[in-house]
Amino acid sequence: MGNEENQYKVIGTRPIRPDGVDKVTGRAAFGADFSLPGTIVGRVLRSPHAHARIKSIDAKLALALPGVRAMVTGADFPELPDEITAGGEAPVNFRDVSHNVMARAKALYEGHAVAAVAATTAAIAEQALALIKVEYEVLPHVIDVRDAAADGAPVLHETMFTSGVEPAPKKPSNVAGRTEMGLGNVEEGFAAADVTVEREYTTQAVHQGYIEPHACVASVTTDGQATVWSTSQGQFMVREFCSRLLGMDRAAIRVVPSEIGGGFGGKTTVYLEPLAIALAKKSGKPVKMVMTRDEVFRATGPTSGASMKVKLGAKRDGTLTAGDMTLYYQAGAFAGGPAMLGCMTGFAPYALTNARAVGYDVVSNRPKAAAYRAPGAPMAAFAVESAMDELAQKLGMDPIELRLKNAAKKGTRAIYGVKFPEIGFVETLEAAKKHPHYSAPLGPNQARGVASGFWFNIGGQSSAAVHVNEDGTAEVVTGNPDIGGSRASMAMMAAEVLGIEYSKVKPTVGDTGQIGYSFLTGGSRVTFATGKAVCEAAQATVNELRARAAKLWECPIEDVEWKDGAAHPVGGQTDTRTVLSLAELAESAAKTGGPISGAVGINAAGAGAGFGTQICDVEIDPETGKVTVLRYTVVQDVGRAIHPAYVEGQLQGGAVQGIGWALNEEYVYDGNGRLDNPGFLDYRMPVASDLPMIDTVMIEVPNPGHPFGVRGVGETPIVPPLAAVANAVSRAAKVRLADLPISPPRLLAALDGK
Amino acid sequence: MSKHHITATVNGEAVEFLCETQATLLDVLRDELGLTGAKEGCGSGDCGACSVMLNGRLVCSCLVLGCEVDGHSIDTIEGVAEGAVLHPLQQVFLEEAALQCGICTPGIIVAAKALLEKNTDPSEEEIRYWLAGNLCRCTGYDKIIRAVQKAATVMREA
Ligand code: FES
Ligand code: FES
Repeated sequence: MGNEENQYKVIGTRPIRPDGVDKVTGRAAFGADFSLPGTIVGRVLRSPHAHARIKSIDAKLALALPGVRAMVTGADFPELPDEITAGGEAPVNFRDVSHNVMARAKALYEGHAVAAVAATTAAIAEQALALIKVEYEVLPHVIDVRDAAADGAPVLHETMFTSGVEPAPKKPSNVAGRTEMGLGNVEEGFAAADVTVEREYTTQAVHQGYIEPHACVASVTTDGQATVWSTSQGQFMVREFCSRLLGMDRAAIRVVPSEIGGGFGGKTTVYLEPLAIALAKKSGKPVKMVMTRDEVFRATGPTSGASMKVKLGAKRDGTLTAGDMTLYYQAGAFAGGPAMLGCMTGFAPYALTNARAVGYDVVSNRPKAAAYRAPGAPMAAFAVESAMDELAQKLGMDPIELRLKNAAKKGTRAIYGVKFPEIGFVETLEAAKKHPHYSAPLGPNQARGVASGFWFNIGGQSSAAVHVNEDGTAEVVTGNPDIGGSRASMAMMAAEVLGIEYSKVKPTVGDTGQIGYSFLTGGSRVTFATGKAVCEAAQATVNELRARAAKLWECPIEDVEWKDGAAHPVGGQTDTRTVLSLAELAESAAKTGGPISGAVGINAAGAGAGFGTQICDVEIDPETGKVTVLRYTVVQDVGRAIHPAYVEGQLQGGAVQGIGWALNEEYVYDGNGRLDNPGFLDYRMPVASDLPMIDTVMIEVPNPGHPFGVRGVGETPIVPPLAAVANAVSRAAKVRLADLPISPPRLLAALDGK
Repeated sequence: MSKHHITATVNGEAVEFLCETQATLLDVLRDELGLTGAKEGCGSGDCGACSVMLNGRLVCSCLVLGCEVDGHSIDTIEGVAEGAVLHPLQQVFLEEAALQCGICTPGIIVAAKALLEKNTDPSEEEIRYWLAGNLCRCTGYDKIIRAVQKAATVMREA
């Protein structure tokens, strides 16, 4: 554990991040902080109805308003084929993305964009929106996921026929798809069980809640070259999405990433950028668009609410014999919720030989779901980990012992087919069991909950370039927005490989014109995949440095080795060849062949899976139903922590988002399908006074797929907390809480119903 | 609609600007004065990303009208460091990795500074309640609270 024996000079230390000073002094430029001379303001008109046919849009009055420069509606965007393309953290249907950024025949949720205008000031743009006359035919709507899946529900898409069922249905419905996966024989497994538990669970839609609203500026030249400055999780994602939605070449769009004020998956798609480009094209002016918080809630994110059923069977000694789950996940207004990811991840921590998972992807009149940290996993884990807790109670077993008895290890086959390589799940359970938190005494109305979780982590395509500067410092350029300190880890890995000081390496997030294609910042992939690209680019640079030394020494490159940031002669030549430092080689570069660089593009495989276990103590107030989190510990296999402080930060932040999901956060709709709580006052995210310190234990089971052993760490921490909190509350209340969030009224009702 | 002519002191310097009636102090700081350190996370007083000091009192600048600050004094994140010398809170936030994305950081530093100016040795609970109006979605607050505690120690020992 930890870095007791750190064989590295830079990896595992905690230097100050390179972008830090700008961030503590207010100088860092986020999405809304950028403007160009002559910039005008774009605003979006949004549907007030949950489901309505758009019969006509009359913009005459709006366009006649002085100061209004342009307007766009669905008619300004090309119709795209209805097909699935790989992209984002999940496959993308660009026709749906296009229809989501601007409604066509129907508005499918309250907040759905219907038109956009650009005007010289925000006030004029607002006035113009009020002057646009949209004639709607209001249609019946459906919000709840089970209602939406039921026969006779108002159908959102006449062309939606459930995929994955035989025979293919003849009637359209809101069930976009059904997935099933399994291992062994579930019926036999349950027949062999001594004990079973079975229950239904629900979770509500929750928003990623990044503090920075979506924002961008777009400028288009008269010959059709666009530049976009925007806050997103991927400048190349923005380029690709805009290119597809607007029918422009990739090369005609340059995307410059700003600093990003949080994303958590919610900025892995576009909302404003295509509109801003279209408005900039029409008006001939740079157009700036910034969402209000209300718009962020009504029209972006959130992640799916879910309705789930889980059954587990076990022998009296705790050995699991079977697991079965059925998941209904909200997709929002367009297909593509993460039900399949829920099916894949829910049982992943356990060595189950008989398992089945069925998932339904269901559309309803809600904003299109976007990725949120380990998309799809927290809900399924909530159900499975609650069932594990109930099973432990039924068996009279310690919940960690029950998990240890069934824990997935190297060689365990997961329900989705893979056999796990080196994983550190057992280590997280053992560390949790040993942690002083686990044996600390509890008072009245207090209880302790435990839950585990899994996330795949991904690799994928990344580019990196290392340039040696004339004075022996170095540049590292990558193509991934730095969402939580990744520039520090890129610089650290480069410094380690080059053998120079961290402070001599300057990391930059390049725009789409400055670095090769890089898949977006998501899937906990950057430190792993882009980090691997950085290591390889730094290694290529080292090889070039060795070649330069070989030239000076007039020897074969094999006779030059790289140590501590300098070229050393191999074997016996030390009298005639003096060691050449990186700085000396940089200085003589002109004589040895010109500038020294290394650039690579890779498709990184071998992302190590991430497992974690969390412990939560709560106290419940039986009078008010309020739950107080008293103590919280996050244990996770992180592979190798490059910058441990930022790894701890991921563990803490993910756990707290999960605590909010468990206790407070939810989308609340009124009878007309309108969101009742589109602001931070009523959509209650955890604040400082709600929480204790969040203790972390980093287990380091190195990932063989990365030069330093890195595993992704960002997503796993949000998987266990829903059940860790619910299990603690259920034990304190002596009644099972199977519906989130566990708000005070809900807990009171459960206590009353006991 | 004519604009209002306003004079005020911002970070110790006299400024004047023209301001529409409905413009907030946050709009003015960001759009007229080019001080984009205060952020708009909500525009409704619920996130604290826009925190500034108005006549020595901590306020959400999204809840103050630009016209209201005529003749008053405003201090923003841009004035917290003295030239190149960071305030202890800024320095400690860096050392303790008390920021991830950093969008909440200016507001939190302004708010924490206001706390430490009235209470040089706040308890964890006092810090948590004082900062309850500043949302951070990334960190889970742990490192922020620790950084404020450490900065308080640094400032007491200075
Ligand atoms: S922007 Fe002022 S409190 Fe959120
Ligand atoms: S660091 Fe991202 S919101 Fe606080």
